[in-house]
Amino acid sequence: MDIIPAGDSALIVRVREQYENAPEETLDEVLRIFQLLQRAAIPGVIELAPAYTSVAVFFDPVAVLKSGGAAHGIFDELAAKIQSAITPASGRRRRLTAKRARRLIEIPVCYDAEFGVDLDRVAEHTKLPEHEVIHLHGTGEYRVACIGFVPGFTFLAGLPKNLATPRRDVPRKEIPPGSVGIGGAQTGIYPLRSPGGWNLIGRTPLKLFDASKTPPTLLSPGDRVRFRAISRDEFESLKNDMVIPTEAEEADAKR
Amino acid sequence: MRNANVMPRDPSTSASARATADEPLGITAVVERAGFQTSVQDLGRTGFRQFGVSTSGALDPFALRVANLLVGNDESAAGLEITLGGLQLRFEDERSVAWCGGEFDVQIGSRALPAGHVARVHRGNELKIGRAEIGCRCWLAISGGIDTPVVLNSRSTDLRANFGGLHGRTLRDGDQLPLGEFQASQVAATEDISSWTGPHDWVSPAQRHPALHFIRGADWHCFNDSTLQRFKINEFSVSSDSDRMGVRLEGVELKRNDEADLISQGVAPGTIQVPPGGKPILLLGDCQTIGGYPKIAHVITIDLGIAAQLRAGDRVRFLEVSLQDAYRLLIQRERDLERFRIGLSLQTS
Repeated sequence: MDIIPAGDSALIVRVREQYENAPEETLDEVLRIFQLLQRAAIPGVIELAPAYTSVAVFFDPVAVLKSGGAAHGIFDELAAKIQSAITPASGRRRRLTAKRARRLIEIPVCYDAEFGVDLDRVAEHTKLPEHEVIHLHGTGEYRVACIGFVPGFTFLAGLPKNLATPRRDVPRKEIPPGSVGIGGAQTGIYPLRSPGGWNLIGRTPLKLFDASKTPPTLLSPGDRVRFRAISRDEFESLKNDMVIPTEAEEADAKR
Repeated sequence: MRNANVMPRDPSTSASARATADEPLGITAVVERAGFQTSVQDLGRTGFRQFGVSTSGALDPFALRVANLLVGNDESAAGLEITLGGLQLRFEDERSVAWCGGEFDVQIGSRALPAGHVARVHRGNELKIGRAEIGCRCWLAISGGIDTPVVLNSRSTDLRANFGGLHGRTLRDGDQLPLGEFQASQVAATEDISSWTGPHDWVSPAQRHPALHFIRGADWHCFNDSTLQRFKINEFSVSSDSDRMGVRLEGVELKRNDEADLISQGVAPGTIQVPPGGKPILLLGDCQTIGGYPKIAHVITIDLGIAAQLRAGDRVRFLEVSLQDAYRLLIQRERDLERFRIGLSLQTS
């Protein structure tokens, strides 16, 4: 674990060196540190961004200074507070990990040729028939490794190794929202109309990003995800009545 | 508090309620000409980076803060970011206006309004922002602020994901720009055009061939010594495909020691990343939240305002400073701004 500057207003907590060796464990550890830092609410820290092996911490140096210390020691001061916030008692660690691991979200995906425009490319590269590509993708268990690139873009870890397919040499200028793709060893969902180079194999009718909701995304880092293959008809009917429940609505539903 | 136009601290009170309500429009300013790229921006959107939401916001937040203070707004009020000029606004009531940024030709009717001065506009007055001699962008503050809905904690326009600001997009000819409420004394104290202003490098930071200060990035050592020397010595020219996401630079190629993929990490405005082609990109406010290209350096916060002025064909150099110096300069500027704030309150009282 080390803490390194990323400019004068951000730093990176490097949790692990590698991701691929132990993705599940690394993700849990990154999320544990992310949550501990969220709870610690260290003065001057504005926001956090977890990603694969690290947590980026964005801060206001002026506010850090106002909370104590000297101007030349702003980074060291903050790094020390972060260090002490992420080394808590062991009982707390278990509770946090357990709580996070419970959420499993099912994403319906229509793998019809109209949406899966690169299924043939993936089939060719993996030397698997298209129906086998669909079957393997649809039965895998995934976790949200991080969200980024564009708001709500979900990077999912856990793609069956034999489905890995290199990105397209020339990215598409515009990819329709909901497109499910394979990029290298990862799979992911494009939430918004955007450019992109991943191989498109299907589409979900779910709305993954909605700026009018808090939080604005359907998925959060660490969530478990399963895909469910749906027909074109089901795609259309789901598309019409899908909404993201807000956290408040979810809490109401649990009561 | 002089202004109602402040961002709510609690995210749960944000966005949806106001965005969907059909509130009658209050006082607006009419966008007669929208210009090349004009958008509503405040000091940026924070708190949603974990969901992939960019900072957006004024590419030079300090310039917007100064402009806001000049017109008596809270410094976080939303204003307009104008790129390469061409904006023409007509006012429907009395307001104070001020702008900071590149060396633009700004007129209210037939009167010239220099950067960093405050002017009083009346009903029917037109404000025109012409071309810039030097620089690329400016920020216009209007007393009361721009009163578009707060979405995810901010009024800033996210131009990639199309939310926030005015309908999630750049302004168009004929738009009605909703303006916020202000206290009458805020405008009554304003002269036709004030003779006083802020320090020149605050209100007009654009330079034709600037040097930007940087601190080393985490991946500095992915590059060999001669490449790093070239990065520090050579000038780079600004490519025409630069935008609010980043300034694309051309010049010597910055080749890495090995081309192995790096794992993606959080990136922020100011980061200079180097894609495989060797042409560095200096990230700005609309940049993605995570990136996997090597980060050679980070431009320090107080120089981001100069970076925001770079336009196609400009040349830029990079000078190394220590993290301690970056903080010293930043803290000094905040202290100076505090003095400026006090000076302003004496000026207008």
